[in-house]
Amino acid sequence: MGFEFKQVDFCYGLDQPTLKNLSLKFQVGETIAIIGPSGSGKTSLLHLLGTSLRPSRGIVSLFGKDPWQLSALHLQKMRSSIGLIHQSPPIPLRQRVITAILAGRLGQWPFWKSLASLIYPIDIQGPAELLEKLGLTGRLFDRCDQLSGGQLQRVSVARTLYQGAQLILADEPVSAMDPVLADLTIQILKEDALQRQATFIASLHAVDIALRWFPRIIGLRDGAVFFDLRAEDVTQNLLRELYASEAGSIPTQNNQQILGL
Amino acid sequence: MNTYPAEQFCIKCFTTILVIITCIVGSFVYLQMPLFEIFSAESLANLSTYVGRFFPADISSIFLKKIGIGIIETLAISAIGTLVASFFAILLALPAAGLFGSLAQQLVGFLLNFLRSVPELVWATLMVLTVGLGPFAGVLALALHTAGVLGRLFAQSIENSPTQIARSLELSGASSMNIFLYGLLPQISSQILSYSLYRWEMNIRMATILGFVGAGGLGQILFYELSLLHEAQACSVIIAMLLLVIGVDAISAKLRRVQSFSLA
Amino acid sequence: MTNYDPAAPRRFLWLVFAFIILWPALLITQFNPLLFFESTNLQVLGNFLGQFFPPQTARDFLQILFKATLETLAIATAGITLALIIAIPLGLIISQSLSISRIGPANGHLLWWSMRYIARIIMMILRGVPEIVWALLLVRVFGLGVTAGVLAIAVTYGGMLGKVYSEILESSDTKSCRVLLQLGSGRIVAFFYGLLPGASQELASYTIYRWECALRASVVMGFVGAGGLGQLMDQSMKLLNGSEVSSILIVFLLLVLLADWLSYEVRRQLL
Repeated sequence: MGFEFKQVDFCYGLDQPTLKNLSLKFQVGETIAIIGPSGSGKTSLLHLLGTSLRPSRGIVSLFGKDPWQLSALHLQKMRSSIGLIHQSPPIPLRQRVITAILAGRLGQWPFWKSLASLIYPIDIQGPAELLEKLGLTGRLFDRCDQLSGGQLQRVSVARTLYQGAQLILADEPVSAMDPVLADLTIQILKEDALQRQATFIASLHAVDIALRWFPRIIGLRDGAVFFDLRAEDVTQNLLRELYASEAGSIPTQNNQQILGL
Repeated sequence: MNTYPAEQFCIKCFTTILVIITCIVGSFVYLQMPLFEIFSAESLANLSTYVGRFFPADISSIFLKKIGIGIIETLAISAIGTLVASFFAILLALPAAGLFGSLAQQLVGFLLNFLRSVPELVWATLMVLTVGLGPFAGVLALALHTAGVLGRLFAQSIENSPTQIARSLELSGASSMNIFLYGLLPQISSQILSYSLYRWEMNIRMATILGFVGAGGLGQILFYELSLLHEAQACSVIIAMLLLVIGVDAISAKLRRVQSFSLA
Repeated sequence: MTNYDPAAPRRFLWLVFAFIILWPALLITQFNPLLFFESTNLQVLGNFLGQFFPPQTARDFLQILFKATLETLAIATAGITLALIIAIPLGLIISQSLSISRIGPANGHLLWWSMRYIARIIMMILRGVPEIVWALLLVRVFGLGVTAGVLAIAVTYGGMLGKVYSEILESSDTKSCRVLLQLGSGRIVAFFYGLLPGASQELASYTIYRWECALRASVVMGFVGAGGLGQLMDQSMKLLNGSEVSSILIVFLLLVLLADWLSYEVRRQLL
């Protein structure tokens, strides 16, 4: 009942395929980091897992099933147990933080609940606790356009935490945060996943965070798996080869470019 | 020494202007308007006598009360009409923006164009035929026409809003209805509000004249008084219309200044 | 840490406020959707709309239709032309760019100031009163027919054009005009040589736009007897002749498209 890529190709346009003949297996409850230079296909890999993209060839199997063979209703149900944290938070800026977080459970609530929540928030305690964990106490009723880029990213993380998904996919979730905050956020996500025996797969730009928190590291280069090892088996040489295209420097959270969102 | 080339004589401009002048002269000829008679001394004298009958305007309290009710009726007609229109416009904007496929988009687009191309007065006449004289016909007329206008504007807003937000909700398992409520609506809500308020302003002006075909408000009072040759009363109604329009203009200008300040 | 929604009380108040305003409004407008769906009413509407297909194409009707269309076009064109007679002088009077007192001491400052004020008020009345009201009044004076329509447009659009002309003149580049005035030239000369060249494009463009509006207005005014397509439609509607109304509507829509295209072409050729 795991997750698997079976010889998957993915072409974004008509040129070079973004992912070539990818075959990977993930067990339920694993925690995995995906690293690699820009353009290596990290985002596409995650989006294939999140059913946001369809493979051009091959099968992506989620929870033991092929999502694209399911009926629309079953696909919707499967998606409610997949939590995808996007790189840039897809939250309407005029919405309030609490509504943005509550939106995480829309796939699980009956319609009357989601309607009622617009009038008066159904659950204030839950989102409040999440915000406190993420260091955003007191911002629950602020409008999202009053937050900074890093704060908005944390709200996006909070929404996925609230969703309580069985498969948590994070696409560069801490790119706009300083190193301390980034550590905190990854730690919270990991603990939440471990607690519920959920699978947590994150694509990261910062190698130091990946090595620190994730027991299994997959290095992606040019759309193919460069290495798939335990964290302790990842050597400096391997990393240098992986990032050879980026002038040989291995990115860490410290020398991140803070995305001005 | 540099010389500039002689300015080209624009043949196209000349011909266009010639055509325009021909059309203008042709119009007057076609209409056979007796221009000299209209502006003759006798005609102007008639005109001034007629105008004289309007003053002094009737400002008796009984009539002022009638006018007051007329103003309130006009405002109510425009408000309810615009409100109903906004509601249906939001519903229609969804297929019109292509969210239900291209066939629905074409059909609803055609419907919206039809609704807004037919002038409000024509709708009003039709509605008077359907539901009888009175303000309700005016409400329906404004609702129908404005739904077409707003529907198209809202559909454009939807098409212009980024799709990532709706997509991310879809990927977490939300139903289409929820995607609309939590993803789409928050993005377009401010535009919906400002378009609707703008239309309400224009509809107030419209509502004053829909009464001419029997759809209530100040227009109906004016038509009635003029038909009975009560020029003094008609004058009061016209002044009331003027004040209403000017007042609405001033208030909305002020609100716009306040709004742009606070929504920042 | 609040455990209730702070926005809730405010939202509730807004709801109450909206209810207080809406309920009487619904009563005043005799809002009764059921009336719309009442079988007899719906039948009348249905019959009428049903007659829309096929539209009336009898030859003699088409002839009348054609004449009415030409009439509408002529009303709009003649109306705007006459409107210019009002708009140009009034617009020039109001325009501050031609104000001599702004750039230095001048005799007759009070005279011009009061003239400006009066001109402003006149224009406000001219455009504040809806054109159909003017049409209604003028029909009483000049009788049914196109004269009332043309004059109604002339009056209303004179006011509108005048105001916008003055705004355009004020917002365009006034340097050359001011220099001419300072050198002692007359206002008219300063206008032609200083203001007009720079502003002519915008002036012409707006005038053409208003001509399109006047076209639509002429149709509407026909409902009070000012001739053109509107009068024809009013007559057909009163007789509940759906097929005729349908033809007229189609022609009206085509006319609007034509006007759109014409204005685009003229703008392209001239500007």
